[in-house]
Amino acid sequence: MQITKHANGLLSIYFTAGYPHIDSTLEIAKALEAAGADFLEIGFPYSDPVADGPTIQHSSEEALKNGMTLKVLFQQLQDLRKEVSIPVYLMGYFNPVLQFGVEAFCKACKEVGVNGTIIPDLPMYEYEALYQPIFEENGISNIFLVTPQTSEDRIRKIDKLSTGFIYLLSSNATTGKQLNIQEQSEAYFKRIQAMDLNSPLVIGFGIHNQDTFQKATQYAHGAIVGTAFVKLLREENYLAKIPEFIRGIKNKK
Amino acid sequence: MSKYQVNKEGYYGPFGGAYIPEMLYPNVEELQQQYLDIMADPSFQQEFEQLLRDYVGRPSPLYRANRLSEKYKTNIYLKREDLNHTGAHKINNTIGQILLAERLGKKRIIAETGAGQHGVATATVCALKGLECVVYMGEIDIKRQAPNVARMKMMGATVVAAQSGSKTLKDATNEALRDWINNPVDTHYIIGSVVGPHPYPDMVARFQSIISEETKKQLLEKTGKENPDIVMACVGGGSNAAGMFYHFLDAEDVQLIAVEAAGHGVNSGESAATTVLGKEGVLHGSRSILMQTEDGQVIEPYSISAGLDYPGIGPQHAWLFKSGRGSYVSATDDEAMQAGLLLTKLEGIIPAIESSHALAHLEKMNFKGDETVVICLSGRGDKDLDNYMNYFGF
Repeated sequence: MQITKHANGLLSIYFTAGYPHIDSTLEIAKALEAAGADFLEIGFPYSDPVADGPTIQHSSEEALKNGMTLKVLFQQLQDLRKEVSIPVYLMGYFNPVLQFGVEAFCKACKEVGVNGTIIPDLPMYEYEALYQPIFEENGISNIFLVTPQTSEDRIRKIDKLSTGFIYLLSSNATTGKQLNIQEQSEAYFKRIQAMDLNSPLVIGFGIHNQDTFQKATQYAHGAIVGTAFVKLLREENYLAKIPEFIRGIKNKK
Repeated sequence: MSKYQVNKEGYYGPFGGAYIPEMLYPNVEELQQQYLDIMADPSFQQEFEQLLRDYVGRPSPLYRANRLSEKYKTNIYLKREDLNHTGAHKINNTIGQILLAERLGKKRIIAETGAGQHGVATATVCALKGLECVVYMGEIDIKRQAPNVARMKMMGATVVAAQSGSKTLKDATNEALRDWINNPVDTHYIIGSVVGPHPYPDMVARFQSIISEETKKQLLEKTGKENPDIVMACVGGGSNAAGMFYHFLDAEDVQLIAVEAAGHGVNSGESAATTVLGKEGVLHGSRSILMQTEDGQVIEPYSISAGLDYPGIGPQHAWLFKSGRGSYVSATDDEAMQAGLLLTKLEGIIPAIESSHALAHLEKMNFKGDETVVICLSGRGDKDLDNYMNYFGF
């Protein structure tokens, strides 16, 4: 599976490593691939997740209590590529990466077969000025976010810097807000579509069911479900419920 | 351009920057591009000066503390920020930022607060200007600081409990940032200290720089010299210290002493002495020195003073510390409480416990006898009476 501009209707699922159990990371990844998810974002937890709403905040807090750290996560992912073949991105905040060491982090990603990273609070300026060569030498795609407020110039710049895909936020919001595709967001999606960027587009934030997934994938190559899936992980027998969850979002009526 | 001031990329040496998610970029960029122009505008300056004079009560006095000077055998001056309206230096910044928000066309103001001093100072200027005000405050702090919650409500502010994480200042800051992400157009976030993404550390320091600007004039009048030998201030995030140091940064013969809160002791596990216990890291949008675990998770600090228990320090302070320009020291709860009581008995001034930390360092200094020492008395102790009463058993 490749995330390219020829793809369409790709479904990506976000979940937090170490939640609900410290050792649930890999079993969830496997179950998601088996159920038909096209690629994954595995969150590594941080104590101060400012871009997240209550559901993902809670999963991060629990994961930290369970003992999740980047060290533990990379140990868990040692066998990732024996078990999971779809693309995997690590998503989290910059400070844990900085403490782990940016270079050590990129090397560890490469070693276990992680395709790229999404680090919302590592902005473009800092990435370019300080870290871009380290990511590139290790073949790690760093993914940038675009919001309805991002200017065209900046989107063009992000497109040039991007080697994986562009993460298009459905609205300027924290995670878990309900997507309400109105004229305004349609106009925004169409505007981006018309820019004919080099990078594939994946829409995230607020995608939580078949309807929102279909709407989003009219304008982008794929869409990401996070909060709605993390809510499922609170339930008993969550592994057994994953196939139904994926079918419920992806399959056309 | 001073090497201790922010450069055009928003950095102080390796510290500072704007480590923010894309959702905050338009708001922060708008500020970066406009704050200096707006602040330099004559109409802004005129209104800022007029409000500081007629509403805040500036200039705040520079008072020679005779009995305290006698005890420590030197010449100690107190910069009386405690006499400002609302009882602390915090209002200097909120007046500045509300005028800026007005000129940016913002209709809604948000703020974080720990003990409630910055929340009160923000609610005050919002009442003054008739703007909507939402203050985020940790659920635990709301219970601990009921009078300040009442003050904010009386002035029309909505106080929202931060229920995430440790439910204190750092989490209130997270909630305010989340609010700003979700309200990207009409809202201005008034950060209360010299922390946050560029341009906040510089902007807040500029608004607080009135402290050292006045000090120079007042000292010249009183002593014939505009620079003291030693300047001292307490540091949590570091806004009063940033203002107190501002016009002395390039006068390298002026010794700058910043006093952090050691809580129960630097090595007790209950402390807020960031420069001793912290490492370089990123929190709330800037790169600085931060108390954190090996894995980069932020550690909740402790101090008896609610205004000093922040896990980081502003990026300019991190740079003054690292470059050696400033001396960063600490005082324990006990040392601060004794120093607060001492000032009360010798001078009839009850200081905020935050300011008492700066005073506490006097005990550890060796004075020759002819120095001029200026201490920023950042706030008054009215808000801390319960704490003083419990501690001393009055």
